[in-house]
Amino acid sequence: MKFRFLKDKFFKHLMFMCIVFSISIVFLMLFGLFIRSLPILQQKSFSDIFLSGTWHPLRGEFGFAPFIVGTLWVTVVAMVIAIPLCLLTAIYLSEYAHRRVTVFLKPFIDLLAGIPSVVYGIWGVLAVIPLIRDYIAPLFGVRSTGYGILAGGIVLGIMVFPIIIQICVEVFQSVPKELREASLALGATKWQTIKHSVLRKALPGILAAIVLGFSRAFGETMAVLMVVGNVPKIPKSIFDCAYPLPALIANNYGEMLSVPLYDSALMLASLILLLLVLIFNILARLILIRVERSTQ
Amino acid sequence: MDCQSHICVNNLNVFFGKEHILKNISLKIPDKKITAIIGPSGCGKTTLLKSFNRLIDSYDGVKVTGEILVDDENILHPNIEVTHIRKKMGLLLQNPYPLPMSIYDNVAYGPRIHGIKNKKKLDEIVEHYLKQTNLWIEVKDRLNAPASRLSVGQQQRLCLARGLAVEPEIILGDEPTSALDPISSKVIEEKFQELSDNYTIIIVTHILRQAKRLANYVIFLYLGELIEQGTAEEIFENPKEEMTKAYIQGKIS
Ligand SMILES: Nc1ncnc2c1ncn2[C@@H]1O[C@H](COP(=O)(O)OP(=O)(O)OP(=O)(O)O)[C@@H](O)[C@H]1O
Ligand SMILES: [Mg+2]
Repeated sequence: MKFRFLKDKFFKHLMFMCIVFSISIVFLMLFGLFIRSLPILQQKSFSDIFLSGTWHPLRGEFGFAPFIVGTLWVTVVAMVIAIPLCLLTAIYLSEYAHRRVTVFLKPFIDLLAGIPSVVYGIWGVLAVIPLIRDYIAPLFGVRSTGYGILAGGIVLGIMVFPIIIQICVEVFQSVPKELREASLALGATKWQTIKHSVLRKALPGILAAIVLGFSRAFGETMAVLMVVGNVPKIPKSIFDCAYPLPALIANNYGEMLSVPLYDSALMLASLILLLLVLIFNILARLILIRVERSTQ
Repeated sequence: MDCQSHICVNNLNVFFGKEHILKNISLKIPDKKITAIIGPSGCGKTTLLKSFNRLIDSYDGVKVTGEILVDDENILHPNIEVTHIRKKMGLLLQNPYPLPMSIYDNVAYGPRIHGIKNKKKLDEIVEHYLKQTNLWIEVKDRLNAPASRLSVGQQQRLCLARGLAVEPEIILGDEPTSALDPISSKVIEEKFQELSDNYTIIIVTHILRQAKRLANYVIFLYLGELIEQGTAEEIFENPKEEMTKAYIQGKIS
């Protein structure tokens, strides 16, 4: 009899410890990165680091603006491409497609999630870059090698497809049938029902799917690195090359570490990336709470 | 009775996959009266109700044969426009289900869908139907609050207002009071009685006393078959079938 409660207590505490452990890892990382990037933070002013656009480690100039802007650009472009396509796909799969079609198609989407990012990168180089160089850029009257933000955004957008679609389909399927029936019974068409009722109910879940997808996108390195051009200059249009933070770290860590402050600068790059992801998550969480409050 | 029937069902059969759920049902529902559909759980009451507004279409593997005439139009005909059938019928579900939006938007949902955009017109509609369901005084100061914050009884009245706002001719209620407390149930019942001057009302109910209180006409289903139909007096005082008698005396359920 007593043993039962003992077990209950034990597992409760064990689970609590697990949570504390995983949360503390995040803080340990933040702390470690902060300590290692202290040298550069102490020697350079805030504006030298965050507002300056010149990256010249040999001359001791470490302007992070190009990398931060590049990361944001690539992520935003990927979002703009992925969100509408994913939503429409998920709506089709859960609302319109016959059950057998969904059962048939879902494994392909799961497969998409399992493709290694290098393969996406190669596909980007072979397919996306010529497409941009020969068709899309000329359409806008721009000369482009094809490498750049747009290519990075497209590849990244497609990489986050599976996770967003999977979660969205699940969210749509969890919307109760009564909701659809209530709307249909009023004489709404299927599309009206989806647009005005189902999407509204599913909004918090959709936002969560997007956040999950893009937390991954922020840090995705390999595929983006292969198509984005890697030029440390602040980009002015989506056809310009960029140099996102993960690419900076992956390309340079372990090299040129004899250059003073270089090691510290790369640590700072990691710290900034981690903070960007955290801020994005917190903002999304705040929006989520507001949305939930206004509909539920 | 024949001339004033609003809905007329001939040889209706409904299958879910291989299961034969409704078996060769023929019945008539009188115009501007309250008709109660009674019968034990699982006998197909909800299925019959959902056949009337063709919500049954949205289930997988359903097959429906026979005809359902509403105002002499066969609504099972493949060329019929479903939204216009559904607009003719307001549906109240067992558990009230407010749409995930404000009280105002819930009532305005139907009119908006059917093309009314004018804000003043919508305001009038919302006020009118909330008043008609005795909800106006309770909610007039918080029309923009989420509908889910209302009590369950208020939600059911809101759903009624929402259904009435598309100006249906028929009201379908699938055990509309089963989730409500006695007082809210009474409010809904009284509303139904009032509305029966202008609307044809069909309610599914488990509660025989409720059927007695409300119904002018009663339909008794058992295991997917229509056992007996007739006026309330006939069914309750003087049932022809043994089965009906047994059900009314509570011997089968
Ligand atoms: N989506 C479905 N797929 C397969 N069978 C179904 C489905 N919905 C209902 N049925 C079956 O149809 C029969 C009638 O169901 P229905 O919901 O119409 O009964 P009911 O009379 O409304 O019962 P209750 O009083 O419990 O609500 C039941 O045997 C049920 O199992
Ligand atoms: Mg039922």
